[in-house]
This record gives sequence, C-alpha cells and structure tokens, in this order.
Amino acid sequence: MPLLEDGRLRPDDWTSIEDEAPLPEGPAIVSLARLRAEADALAGRNAPLGVALSPETQPEEVAPFLDRLALVAVCLPKSKDGRAFTQIRALREHHGFTGEIRATGHVLPDQYAMLLRCGVTTVEVPESTDPATWTRSRDTIRIAYQAAQSADRPLSLLRRKLELA
Amino acid sequence: MNALTYPPHARTYRYDEIDREFLQERIAEFRGQVERRLKGELTEDEFKPLRLMNGLYLQLHAYMLRIAIPYGLLNSAQLRQLGRIARRWDRGFGHFTTRQNIQFNWTRLEDVPAMLEALAEVDMHAIQTSGNCIRNTTTDEYAGASPDEVVDPRVYAEILRQWSTLHPEFTWLPRKFKIAITGSPHDRVAAQVHDVGVLAKRNARGEVGFEVYAGGGLGRTPIIARKLRDWVPEAEFLAYMEAVLRVYNALGQRDNIYKARIKILVRDLGAEFTQMVEREYERMPRDKYRLDPEIVAAIGAHFAPPPFAALQDQPLPEDREFRAWAAASIRAHKQPGYASVTISLKPIGGIPGDASADQMEAVADLAERHSFGEIRVTHVQNLVLPHVRQEDLFTLWQGLRAAGLATPNIGLISDIIACPGMDYCALATARSIPIAQQISERFADLDRQHAIGECFINISGCINACGHHHVAHIGILGVDKRGEEVYQITLGGSATNDASIGELIGPAFSYDTIVDAVETLIATYVAHRTAGERFIDTYRRLGAAPFKEALYAPA
Ligand code: HEM
Ligand code: SF4
Repeated sequence: MPLLEDGRLRPDDWTSIEDEAPLPEGPAIVSLARLRAEADALAGRNAPLGVALSPETQPEEVAPFLDRLALVAVCLPKSKDGRAFTQIRALREHHGFTGEIRATGHVLPDQYAMLLRCGVTTVEVPESTDPATWTRSRDTIRIAYQAAQSADRPLSLLRRKLELA
Repeated sequence: MNALTYPPHARTYRYDEIDREFLQERIAEFRGQVERRLKGELTEDEFKPLRLMNGLYLQLHAYMLRIAIPYGLLNSAQLRQLGRIARRWDRGFGHFTTRQNIQFNWTRLEDVPAMLEALAEVDMHAIQTSGNCIRNTTTDEYAGASPDEVVDPRVYAEILRQWSTLHPEFTWLPRKFKIAITGSPHDRVAAQVHDVGVLAKRNARGEVGFEVYAGGGLGRTPIIARKLRDWVPEAEFLAYMEAVLRVYNALGQRDNIYKARIKILVRDLGAEFTQMVEREYERMPRDKYRLDPEIVAAIGAHFAPPPFAALQDQPLPEDREFRAWAAASIRAHKQPGYASVTISLKPIGGIPGDASADQMEAVADLAERHSFGEIRVTHVQNLVLPHVRQEDLFTLWQGLRAAGLATPNIGLISDIIACPGMDYCALATARSIPIAQQISERFADLDRQHAIGECFINISGCINACGHHHVAHIGILGVDKRGEEVYQITLGGSATNDASIGELIGPAFSYDTIVDAVETLIATYVAHRTAGERFIDTYRRLGAAPFKEALYAPA
C-alpha cells in the first residue's frame, strides 16, 4: 500500500515480515516478539530495521531496541481505537525516537493532523486514496489549544498556530 | 451579532479573533465531513464519531443537537440566540441538561450547518458534546457568587475547556470523559461521580492547588471515585490531567462498551492506577505542559468580579407569596446587598429542564436588568441569575412570574431531574418524563412541599442513568420487564461531599403504582422524622427497614 508523507503519496520500500518467514535483503519490519527473540541477529543485518507494535504494546517494551530501529509502525485496528496516539507521543516524548513512525490500519483523513501533532511521519493509505482529501483535512484547522510534539508557533494564552504543511 | 452587543459586565470567556478563527475552521471541517458522507467517501460507521463530536445524535424521532454551554455559563445575548434557534429550527423549546448543556430535540440534518453558524455568531458551538472525547467540564452554578468559595473554578474550567478542545492525543478515547471542578469545600458538582473530579483549594500560603479524584461514575456500574492526590500545584494542573488521560487512553478497555469508562479501569487497578499516573507525571517533560501564572491571570481576568455596588443586606418585602418563592429560590451572596437566584425549570406538571423560546428571551432580559447579563445552567436542570441586588428581588420575581418561571420549588420534591426517556431517547426502556410530571402533580401543593422539605428525586429511563437516579434521595429507574415498563426505587443516594450510591429497596413498581409508592415513602419519612431532619437524614438514621415495610407489607 502507498504511504502518505508530507501530504504526498510515495511508494513503500519496506517489507513486513511474518514471524517465521526468512528475512529479505532490504528494509524489513518485524514483530516485537521476533525483535526480542532475534535481537542480535537482526542487528547484524546490513539493512534498516523496523518493528510493528500492536495497540496493546506499551512503548517501554520496545525502548531497549529503539537505537537500532529506523521505523516503528503503530496500528489503528479501527479508526475509533486511539491507543496509537498515546504510543506515538510516548515514543517521541519519553524515548526520544527520531526515526520514522508509521500509522497503519484504519486511519481517517480527519485524524491526519492529530497524528502529525503526536509525532507521526507516515500513514499507510489505500491504493485509491486522493492525497488532497488528507491535506485539506490537515490544513483546515490551524489553531490548537495545547502543547504537542509538532513545532507550533505560540500565540497568546494556550493557543498556538499549527504549521503542519 | 458580535461581542460588541454583549452585556458589558457579563463574565463569560470572551472570544477574540483567534478563538473565532478556530471556530470557523471547525465549522468548515464539519461541513466538509458532511459533504464527504453525502458523496459516500465516508461510511456511516466512519462518519458517526465525527458527527457525535459535533454534538449531533440520532434519536428516536429526529436528530438531536446538543450545544455546549461551557461550565454552564451564558450571557444574555447567547441565551437570546438560543431562544431564536429554538423558535426557528426546533419546536419553540430547548432542553437544559444535567451536564449544563442545552439540547434541541427536533433538529433536521439539513438545518445543522445553519444552526452552527447561528451559534458561532455568539461564540457558541456543539464541539465535543458527544463522542469518546473530553466533554464539557461542569462546575458550580454559584461560582463567583457563593460565600463559601475559596477558588473561582470558572478559570480552571475554561483552561480545561481550551486544553481539551481537539486534543490531539485524547480525541479517540475508549469512551466519553467528563470532568467536574468545584472551588468550594461544599461540593455542588458531584465531583466524586465523574471520570475526573477536581476540588480547587488553597494552601496556607494562599496558593492554588487541586485535589484530584478519578474513576467515579454512574451508568450501569455506579462507582464513587478514588482520590489520586491531595494536592496538585496550579502550574502542574494540565500536566497531571495529561498523565491521567494518558494512562486511560493506553489501558482503558475497548472491546466492551460497558466496561470502557475510566471507572472500570480505576476499580480494577486500584492503587496501581494511582501509581501509574504518578509515574507518568514524574517522567513527563513538565516544563512543556506547565501552566504559566500569566496565562491563568489572563484567563482569570475574564471572570473578574462585575462592578458590584456598595450595598447593605436588607430585609425582604412582606408579601407572602413572594416570601415563599424567596425561601426556595434565593441564596446568600458573598457581596453584601446581593443574592443569587435560582429559576425553576420545573413547573408543576412540566417537563424538567424545558424552556420555551419566550422564556429564554424573558430570562435574558431579566438577566440584563438584574444580573449583569449573566445566566448559569445548573446540573439539576434549572437556571441561575448569579448576582441580583436584594432590592431588585421583588421586581425580578414579578418578571419571572409573568414568564411562568416563578415556581417556588427549588430543592423540593417537585424539583426533579429526569432524562428524556422513551419520549425521545432511542436507548430508553421506559418513560421517565411522564413519571416526573405525575409526581410533580401529586405533590402540587407547595405548602405541602415546603412541609416535606429538601428531597431529591431523580429519574432515568434506562440503566445508563442519565437522570442520575443513583445519587438521588429517591432514585427511580425505569426498566423493561417482559414488555412492561416497571420502575425500581433506590434510596439514600447523594452527590455531594458525602457522596453515596442509593440502595435498591425491593421489587419494582408498575407505571400505575410508582407515584403511590413515592407517596408512601414520603408519608413514612414524615411519620418518623425528628425535628429538622431531611428525608436523607431519616433514611440514614433508620435504614431501609421502615420504608420497605411501608412499601411491601401486605395491606
Ligand atoms: C436522548 C439521548 C441520550 C442518549 C442516547 C444518552 C446515552 C447515554 C449513555 C449510553 C450513557 C452511558 C454511558 C456510559 O456509562 O458509558 C449516558 C450517560 C449519561 N448521560 Fe446520557 N444520553 C442521552 C441524553 C442525556 C441527557 C438529556 C442528559 C442530561 C439530562 C444526559 C446525561 C448523561 C449523564 C450525566 C450520563 C452520565 C453517567 C455517568 O457519567 O456515569 N444524557 N447517556
Ligand atoms: S438514561 Fe437511558 S433513557 Fe434516559 S436518556 Fe440516558 S440513555 Fe436515554
């Protein structure tokens, strides 16, 4: 599936690997269980490594591996299930993760701005997606009333101007 | 209409250009979502949470639009506009709710954008009045007026409102989230039956801090909240709230709607929940979330005392009818020569919380003349004029009487809370409004009501408990028993400092016998009470036995 980054579609050069499947050459995303079990072997690979977290996973669980990871994927199994928002924020805020954070699953364009504010980099979107729907949604509301991970411009009181584009 | 036509001294939070820009952007967003839904780009499942977060519910007969009245505070221009909306787009009525909001029960989907525009003209909206997000914060209807107030809760309620508005992390919670805050030692907001309850207080140095409770709630599993902390310093208020919400968002149940409220998580984790919040609070970069004293001061300025005149307290006129109204409706004010006035939206036989467009306009006019243009909505579905000169009380009473708003029953047995029940609500298992109306008619004699004294009856039309029946002295819950509406009675509930959940007294009563049962309970109380005892006091002293016997003993 394509990825949305900075409001534009781009192809995904990562491969998600089943737990039992052999590892390919290029960038690979594995489960946390596999990452734990094969940490050293995976670190020895000569290609970027990513992990996919289930919504139940607490970000602390992946913390020991973060310095070896280029990507963390989180998942919204349903658009209403917002656990990923807390995972994303914690990865950035508590664990200082600076790599790609990717939102997968059932994500709505209406959630794009909030995901960006929590610290997401890319969103996995269906083939037929019109990126304009996403950018329009991202750019509709440009004022926020609370601190987040994005670089906002402070206005008076609690308010800030969003600069997500 | 704009802020220029607002009454100059009404202390509501005044929008500036930034807030207005935000509101316009939010309306534009919703308009876009409606268009995508109509074009089929959004499924109904995807659209539903989006419309709910804009206050739009689908009820039994029509859409209902629930409008936010932030912490129950209105100015007269806003109330007048609500009246206009009621007349133009509803059937001439609005319904004030226990969450200090207003609902229009006969909304047509195609009118919603125009209604939102009309609201925006007076800086109002329907944002986050529904959906699994942080809802309207409720507070004390006597804020800024009550003699026992230690901290003005409106300032922090407004800060919570702003902070929780479209919060990027907490808009897709497991379930709705309701915060109540009080600034007086006497809890008038039912803090302990909210997802988060906050008691603002001062330490010996006069600094503001907060006692924080979490995990209270009613619904099908009523629970009294757990105290998380005795003192959160003012500067750390938002940081601490973030910490509570983070733990809840990560761990709250999502697979079972009946177990998704924070109360279940707090109950299951117990002390561990507190520890998790504390741990999150300790490790977060607190500077980032610090609440600057300058911001508190700037928002606080919106709630500065209005220009009170230097007056003396004075005796009330002798008129007997006026005195009866005054005894029920007037409350002491911290400013000498002033009083707070509660306006009953519970006329005998009426629908609790309903107000007509004409009544809204009448109250707006009276508020302008007598209360600096300020109105409050109470969590028992009445209105309050917070700052009335005592010398104006008689004139005000006459004005209220002319508008059919002078029923002298505040705090008495006909001051009933009732949810919409089967008359409007798609989830109802029984009617609740007609029960309230019949009880009110049965006790129509106001002398008798005064003789009975303070007694709270709350009625819910199903187990979701929107009518707060668990925390009533006499709670009534309508349930469906093999196709028949029957009514369970709980006794001894309370929503104040001594919060308690009422106990089920015995088998349910039919629609035709429930009012008699209430009458029996009252007769039993009157027969057993000692001087000065309220219903709840007698119940607590004697327990359920005499009431049970009176209700169920074979005749
Ligand atoms: C007719 C439309 C309504 C529907 C469909 C509805 C639905 C619900 C549901 C499902 C719950 C239980 C939520 C839970 O425990 O997770 C609930 C709770 C509640 N509702 Fe309503 N409600 C409606 C109207 C109202 C009205 C008119 C009021 C105010 C008078 C109200 C006030 C409340 C309150 C205060 C609770 C809270 C109980 C708690 O926080 O534990 N609701 N409602
Ligand atoms: S208690 Fe039940 S019947 Fe009453 S409003 Fe709530 S959901 Fe509807």
